[in-house]
This record gives sequence, C-alpha cells and structure tokens, in this order.
Amino acid sequence: MTPPGVPGAPLRDPAWPRRCAVLAVAAVLLWPLCVATEFAPWRLLEPRSLAASLRFLASFLPPALAPDFLARVALGAWRTIAIATCGTVLALALAIPLALGATAALSISSIGGRMAVVPAAVRQCLRAAMVALRTIPELVWALLLVRVVGLGPTAGVLAIGLTYGGMLGKVYAEILESVDPQPARALLMNGSGRLHAFLHGLLPEATPELTSYTVYRWECAIRSSVVLGFVGAGGLGQEMDNSVRMLAGDEIATMLLVFVALVAGADLLSAWLRRLQQ
Amino acid sequence: MTPPRWPLRMAGIGALMLVAASFWTLDLKLGDLLAPSSLAAMGRFAAEFFPPDLSPAFVARLSRGAIETLAMSVLGTLLAVALASLLCLPAARGAGGDRAAGPIAVRLLCNLLRSIPELVWASLLLVAAGLGPMSGTLALALHTTGVFGRLFAEAIENAPPGPAQALRVQGTRESLVLLYATLPQVAPQLLSYILYRWENNIRAAAILGVVGAGGLGQMLAFHLGLFQMGRAAGVIGAMVVLVYGVDLASYAARRTLVRSRD
Repeated sequence: MTPPGVPGAPLRDPAWPRRCAVLAVAAVLLWPLCVATEFAPWRLLEPRSLAASLRFLASFLPPALAPDFLARVALGAWRTIAIATCGTVLALALAIPLALGATAALSISSIGGRMAVVPAAVRQCLRAAMVALRTIPELVWALLLVRVVGLGPTAGVLAIGLTYGGMLGKVYAEILESVDPQPARALLMNGSGRLHAFLHGLLPEATPELTSYTVYRWECAIRSSVVLGFVGAGGLGQEMDNSVRMLAGDEIATMLLVFVALVAGADLLSAWLRRLQQ
Repeated sequence: MTPPRWPLRMAGIGALMLVAASFWTLDLKLGDLLAPSSLAAMGRFAAEFFPPDLSPAFVARLSRGAIETLAMSVLGTLLAVALASLLCLPAARGAGGDRAAGPIAVRLLCNLLRSIPELVWASLLLVAAGLGPMSGTLALALHTTGVFGRLFAEAIENAPPGPAQALRVQGTRESLVLLYATLPQVAPQLLSYILYRWENNIRAAAILGVVGAGGLGQMLAFHLGLFQMGRAAGVIGAMVVLVYGVDLASYAARRTLVRSRD
C-alpha cells in the first residue's frame, strides 16, 4: 500500500494482477455455461424474432378492459388467493404435528442428558419426511396431482399444502428450538405433558416469529398459486396461460397488472401484520 | 406500556374469515380424496412410478438435462448480478436519504421485475426467444435482477460511510470510491445473497421447462405427457438430487465465507 499523501508515489492497486486473473478464469468458465444453455442473445435481434417480439409487445397496449373479461380476471384473482389460503391451512395442518414431533425442545428423555435412541430416531424420520415433502417443487406435485384429482383448484391446494407443510414444519421446529427452553423444560420436569409444555412453555415466546413466518409463507403461496395455474390448477395462472397461448397481449397486460397489485397488496398486508406484533 | 390488542384481534378475525371464504368458494372435494376408491386409484398411480427408469442410456440423458438445468441457474444468477449491479447504483439513495425521482423509478422497475414469477417470465419470453433453455435462463435473470437490484441497493445504503468519505475527501473519483471502499465492505453480504438466490434459482430452473424453457422440467413434462411414469420418476429423482446437491454446496460455501470473515 502506498502511504497516502506521498507526492509522486504511483497509485497502483497491489492486488491488480490477482483480480485480473480471477476475472479471466471466470470468463473461461462462462463459456461452457453459454453452450449448455444455448445462450445466444443475438438470436433475439434477428429480424424475424425481433419483429415477432415487437408485435407481441405492441399488443400489450392498451390493456384489455372489457367488462366480462375483467369479471373473469377478478374471479381468477380471488381463486388464486383462495388456493393460496387453503393451501397454507393444509400446510399448517401438516406442519404443526410434524414440527411438534420433530423439535428437540419437547423431548422428555433428553432431560436427564442425552436423548434416548428411539425418540431420536423418530425425530430423524420426521425430519426426513419434511425434507422429502419440500425438496419436490410444488409445481411437480401439482403436475402429478392434476393426473390424480383432475384439473382444478384441488390439485393446487394439495400441492401447496404438501410442499409448504414440509417448509413450515422445518422452520417451526427450528423456531421452537431457538427460544429459551427453560420454561418448557421446567414444566416437563414437573411431570406435565408435552402438549402443555408446548402451549405454556414454548408457544408464548415463539408466537410472534411463528405467525410472521406463516404470513410470509402465505405471501409466497400467492405467487406459487399463480404459477400452479400454468399446469391447470386454476386461478389467474390458468387464465394467463390461455392468453399467452393465444398471444393476446392486451389480456396478458391486464392480468400482469392485477397480479403485481395482488403481490404488492399481500406484501403490504404482511408488513403491516409484522409491525402490529411489535 | 403494552400496545393495544384490538388490531391483532381484528387481524385474527380477518384471517379466519379469509380462510372460511376460501374453503367455501373453492368447493374442494378433499373428502372425496379420502374415499377408498380414490385412495386405491392414488395407490395405483404411485405404483406406476416404480421402478424408476435407470437404464444407462436414460441416465445419460438425465445427466445432460441436469447439467442444462444447473447451467441455466448459474448463468441466470450471474446475468442477474451483472444487470443488478447496473441498477443498484441509481436505486441506492444517497447519504441524506433524499427522495429523488431516480431511485424511486428504478426501485419501481425492480419491484415489477421481482413480482412476476420466473415461470410467467419464461412463458412470455418463449415468444421472443423460442423454446429452449435460453428463455429459461433469461426468465431467471429478469426475476432475479429485480430481487438483487433491491437487495444490493439496500446493502450499499447501509454500508458504513466512513471509508468512502475518507477516499472522497482525498479527491478520489466516485467510481474508485465504489470499487475500493463501498464494494469491499458489502461484498460478503452480496455474496451470501447471491448464494441464497442460486439455491432458489436451481429450484426454479428445474421446473421452468414445464412451459418449454429447457432443463429437467421439459423432460418431466414430456415423459408425463407420454405416461412414461418410470422415466418421470427418474427425472424427479434427478431434480431432488440436483437441488439437494446445490443446497449442500451453497451451505459449504457460506460456511467458508463466515469462517473467512471471523
């Protein structure tokens, strides 16, 4: 490092060669990535595809505002919210028992020191079940469920319920393990059941975090339920998929605006709820 | 002083009403699902997935699909980093927290990019970029740019201003202040954001193909469409392995990051 203020001293970055080398290596590594993804942005600028894109974009304006179309979009938007809400409720029904079973904070056998073998194994199995539920993306669940229960919101609700059940369960278990374990432990040591220890020892302290995470997940579920519509689970996504297939830009524009408003609304609502709790 | 409890109660009642209205209007036939006949149908459906197709030829195709998915997620994330680096500077508010029009407009753009999911972007980009992984990569890049633009701008705003000020009073150019004072301070945080989003993007990349944007998702939609359940099971297995592997890699990278900082 050149001492500051020395007149005439060269202003040179001592790490310059290393930085250049890192950038060069990165550029070389980028090449196979571009090959694997057939990445050729200049293809977008070919006259034919450029003309198609511009025509598509031009059809976005003005957005479609016909009353019967707006009524369809409103129904789709409500169904999207409803699918997300029902999915989250189903996820809760799945996550609460899983989290209560998996959290080590409610272990009776670990009071005396280490957890016994059987309860530890049960907890590991529950954890593995939650991992399995959430590693399969909700869209894959929906693709499969559409074949079992048919097209419609049921597949979407089940898909969100299964994936989010795994996610919520994992995070709930972690939250329960992160709060002060003493109250619950005191209750367990005095012979109260696990449910009582949870309700009176863990829940009071964990409630704000648990609800704010749940509300956050509901917000994510709204985004997911739009996406699930693309595989036939109903709601705004399905309407959007139809319009994209018909290249009806004006309808797409309206639906995108409604969707952005929906997401922003859910965002504001959950921010307000979080503030409320503090 | 405890805050008033009525807003919380109202929120609770509102949530219950929302849940009731949702179940009432959707008319879900969840009860029918538990009927013996539909349970049997589900069992038969699940049984068709076994055994998963793991013949060498198919595994080779699976690994090509997995590499394509992985490349989509990496390139999409990197493109987003590049685009967001351009956007985050005008989006970051100055030291005084001024409310200039520029930052607000750029933030609005970021919010717009971010609130449209990857899959919706992909289905729109198919018109411009055609079927294939490039649409998927661009879709990931656009959505992630919105996410990064905001996160990067916030990180720059919250960086301690001391080092930057020290260079500025010496008359250093603004571009060099950014490179040598602000960036080194926020780099670890940005890196952990990038890793976190990469984990997200590998999940997204795995499913984008369902609308025709390449990768494992396209294989899944193809084989499910042909009712080749064994092969579909193979694809799902590859997705799970890929997602889990990226999670592990990102976790390891973050651990080293935290250690190197201590």
